[in-house]
Amino acid sequence: MLKYFDVIRTLVSVAIALVIAFLIIAMISDQPLETISIFLLGPISTTAQIGNVVEMSIPLMFTGLSVVLLFRSGMFNLGAEGLFFISGLVAAIIAIYASMSGFIHPVAAILAGSMVGALLSVIPGIMKAKWNADVLVTSLMFNSILSGIGLYILNYHLRDAAAFSNVSFKFQETARLANLIPGTRIHTGLILVLLCIVATHYFMYHTRWGYELRMTGSNRAFAEFSGIKTARVIITVHLIAGFLAGMGGAVEVLGMYSRFQWSSLPGYGLDGALVALLAKNNPLSVVGAALFLAYIRIGADQMSIMSDVPAELVSIIQAIIILLISAEQFLKMWKNRQLLKEAEKLG
Amino acid sequence: MRENVLEMRNITKVYQNGVTANRNVDFSLREGEIHALAGENGAGKSTLMKILFGMEAPSDGEILLRGEGVRFQTPQDAIEKGIGMVHQHFMLVPSFTVAENMVLGMEPKRGLGIHYEEAVRMTKALSEKYQLTVDPRAKVESLSVGMKQKVEILKALLRGAKVLILDEPTAVLTPQETEELFKQLLLLKQEGHTIVFISHKLKEVKAICDRITIMRSGTSAGVFNMADVTEQEISRLMVGRDVMLKYDKEESFYGPPVLDVKGLTYVNALDKKALSDIHLSIRTGEIVGIAGVEGNGQAELVKALTGGLDGRVQGSAKVNGSEISNLDIRSIRDLGISYVPEDRMSQGAAKEESISDNIISTRYRSREWNKGLFLKGKSIVSLAEKLIEEFKVRCSGPAQPIGMLSGGNMQKVIVARECSIDPILLIAEQPTRGVDIGAAQLIHQKLLEMRSQNCAILLISADLNEIMELSDTLYVMYGGELVAAFDKPSEVTEEELGLYMLGLKKQQGEHAGRSVTSDAQVL
Amino acid sequence: MDSFWSVLFSTDFAFSVLRVTTPILFAALGALISNKAGIVNIGMEGTMLVGALTGVIVSAYTGSAWIGLLGAVMSGITLSAILAYFTLKIKTHIILGGIAINMFASGGTVFILYLVSGDKGTSTSLQSKVLPNLHIPLLQDIPLIGPILSGHNVLTYVSLLAVAGVYYMLKRTPLGLQIRSVGENPQAAQSVGISVGKIQFIALLLSGFFAALGGAFMSMGYLSLFSRDMTAGRGWIAIAAEALGGGSTIGTFLASLIFGATNAMANALQILKIPSELIATFPYVATVVGLLVYAIVESKRKKRKKGI
Repeated sequence: MLKYFDVIRTLVSVAIALVIAFLIIAMISDQPLETISIFLLGPISTTAQIGNVVEMSIPLMFTGLSVVLLFRSGMFNLGAEGLFFISGLVAAIIAIYASMSGFIHPVAAILAGSMVGALLSVIPGIMKAKWNADVLVTSLMFNSILSGIGLYILNYHLRDAAAFSNVSFKFQETARLANLIPGTRIHTGLILVLLCIVATHYFMYHTRWGYELRMTGSNRAFAEFSGIKTARVIITVHLIAGFLAGMGGAVEVLGMYSRFQWSSLPGYGLDGALVALLAKNNPLSVVGAALFLAYIRIGADQMSIMSDVPAELVSIIQAIIILLISAEQFLKMWKNRQLLKEAEKLG
Repeated sequence: MRENVLEMRNITKVYQNGVTANRNVDFSLREGEIHALAGENGAGKSTLMKILFGMEAPSDGEILLRGEGVRFQTPQDAIEKGIGMVHQHFMLVPSFTVAENMVLGMEPKRGLGIHYEEAVRMTKALSEKYQLTVDPRAKVESLSVGMKQKVEILKALLRGAKVLILDEPTAVLTPQETEELFKQLLLLKQEGHTIVFISHKLKEVKAICDRITIMRSGTSAGVFNMADVTEQEISRLMVGRDVMLKYDKEESFYGPPVLDVKGLTYVNALDKKALSDIHLSIRTGEIVGIAGVEGNGQAELVKALTGGLDGRVQGSAKVNGSEISNLDIRSIRDLGISYVPEDRMSQGAAKEESISDNIISTRYRSREWNKGLFLKGKSIVSLAEKLIEEFKVRCSGPAQPIGMLSGGNMQKVIVARECSIDPILLIAEQPTRGVDIGAAQLIHQKLLEMRSQNCAILLISADLNEIMELSDTLYVMYGGELVAAFDKPSEVTEEELGLYMLGLKKQQGEHAGRSVTSDAQVL
Repeated sequence: MDSFWSVLFSTDFAFSVLRVTTPILFAALGALISNKAGIVNIGMEGTMLVGALTGVIVSAYTGSAWIGLLGAVMSGITLSAILAYFTLKIKTHIILGGIAINMFASGGTVFILYLVSGDKGTSTSLQSKVLPNLHIPLLQDIPLIGPILSGHNVLTYVSLLAVAGVYYMLKRTPLGLQIRSVGENPQAAQSVGISVGKIQFIALLLSGFFAALGGAFMSMGYLSLFSRDMTAGRGWIAIAAEALGGGSTIGTFLASLIFGATNAMANALQILKIPSELIATFPYVATVVGLLVYAIVESKRKKRKKGI
């Protein structure tokens, strides 16, 4: 039983959050049962809705994967947010101004976004590895800095005056990602992110670098003691995590939009932390965690369109899940009883 | 017979990681006595006292204070009942003044604020009463260790402590400071205070204690009037030498020196000579032991040999001719040196990772275990399985997180890791601290096995029995120096060693370190 | 260029610096207190937002700005109490707990706003009240200083008084001593019977209290309504200000003023065609540089000390 403790705790947390959400719906909705059923079944009611869930899970998987790497290496870095945004913008610039053929264009744009993400991500990484500067605060500051710079570029250099709101010029058609499944907006980014997830899993559990990353995250003093150069590991992790977050931003922009139109940080970075939390820092579980999160969001969207309960209910559900899932003591009594039993068995 | 002020009955403590620190321990204190609580490191003394002081909750058992059942859930509960504790690691706030530390949690007030002058006055009055002189306005971070300890004792007294627990108070003191402390303790005893004196220094225990409770691997091994028990009996009960630690050592044929340390000196950041002019040599097939009270330079010596010190090191340390004192740990390990660290939790293992991950940490870089970037998963698992069997590690398999193992089993994994890479030199720092007897024996056997396979071994241990039994050559370290050397350690008496360890005696003439080596070479 | 300097040295500019600093200063003081107790509360942004909304709703329903303010403060304290319960009692990771607070607040305020007003953007349909501005007799008549210091919202004065209050509290009161001891050496505090959890709980409540004051200022002083995400990163700036202030009350105050000035300067600099988006990043850049310098100095010092 103990082995599955984390899984059980995750499921119980999610269940409690959903029950609370149902209670809130019951209190404020005129037709609570109908509303709940829209919330629960809406996302799988039509192919288009299923498509919505999948396409929304793509950016969540990218940032979730990026955060998994950082958390797993012991880095409390929440910088995926800013990197996602700025890399999306970089991809947009290339999508607008470069002329290339249909296949090369998105590849170049995504690579450019990913590289920018990696390079920007490594700055807090170096500060941490070399001088032990608090990576949480620096990464949060970077989010705000990148958001400011990005908005400046959008408003002063990319803005299409002919459009009605603050959006960029149109991307060239060659830059957009191809549609994967007709009837939905699911794009080739899905394949890319799944490849990244499998590669990350393999990297983490079957390579030397992944091994070094896990040991450094689990106990840096131990890693040092074993002869692992942890400073180098930390810098490498930041490079890869930034690359992935950046790729996520680029893919999202090219897959879902025809213009760059984020007027503020889109929030996928912090969502990535939630995905990583749900996935228990396991790369393969990121798929399920991201799909779940996308599912309840699409459900909430449906609910707000077809009933009297606003979609922002989701943020309450998410907050509860985070509070419970990362709570060490939650369900600990149960775990302790199991432990005591085992100790008695051993004598 | 005086009445029992305090009784702990049938105390059991199982930590969340499954480690049992106390099992059915009984402990009692009589009014106005100095009661020794003796036992090796990890025997459960500290846990027992933490339970008494409300810092840990017992899993089972009861505490009676003057015949009345009590439950201490926080130190505050214990303090209110007149129990005070002086911890081994001082519980002081460095940036505060002495007076601020004294009144913390019970500040005298004037209006909304703290009445600082009153705090100073209270400190002064108390320090005069008990002849524990301190400067109330000094910042604690600027005080000497002995001073800090006085502040700690005063703190407890200010809070009305009648029962005072001192956790290894002399470990950090100079002999003069220790003597002074003893005088003060006797003074406190006269005033009617009851004192628990935690220590593994038998001489000290004998000198000032009335009774003694001996702890061994989490259980009480007996309670005695000090007059009725000899040091030998205490030590036998503490370490159970009669049960363990008699090994048939094969005759060893020493080869050429592997480690050669010459004139190693290290001045630490406080400008104290932590190592002074160390000469040391270990040959293949030889176990060199270093005995000594902790904090006499052993840690610095190990750091100097494992890349933990930078700068301010003079002299040389060579392994098979190459200088290592300026290398980092990776390069040192690459030379074929293994290291079992003192602290298995902070340095020795990654708790949340699997046993096999913990086993390959020192070898995953070698060609044998990887194909370029990729690790050879199957070979790694079978290596882990082999070592688990060889070292009798009790676990559910190589994939189990190492943190779920008991201390002894965890230590076995660490020793297995360090021994199984065929090192030319193994540095073992307190290799059996806090582990059960079975594990300790297994680890000792393994060290002897390594010795027969011509490994050079440096053993640093505070456990006299272990170090006397295993070492071929034994040094005693005191105040950063090697003050004695013996080439037949098992024939040396503990008493004699103790004299050197406590700095009461020092081998004269030629350098202690050098003389043995040259003697042995003549032999 | 002339126009720039004339704006910068006008009394209007100095006045607006104080005005813009107010919410940052409140939240920064809150962050300072919780940090001193060893707890990093990154939920400041969310707490401000909840305070801002509650102030508007309560004042609209009661018709009193003061009861609205009380409601705002209570909401901030309650939210912090929830955070404290989870992090201290059932050991939710404090950073993740802060994220949860922010996530709850950014969506939850819109959720509640919609339920109350039927609008997801602003609270214009609510008749919420505004806290009064104070014109201080005598002071307002002094040339130069009068126009700068007089006529502010009551909360601006409260924020300045709070600096003195927090300074005194941390330095000279039992609570302050205990908060600092818990942050510096929790074992020491515990060993003399201070309940570390209780002190951290109090510190978190205080941080929520101050964050909510900052939020209330936003919706009942700076503006007269609530709008979605109206705190616009001020909670993060506050955390930056605390970090840049080096953990001291005075430092935090000065850093908040600098960041307030940067904010106020945004308008002035636009005359020079320096885009406001870039100016807005200044506090964060300054903080990163500050942290970097601090970290380098600190790691050099540690290196020298290594091996004791």
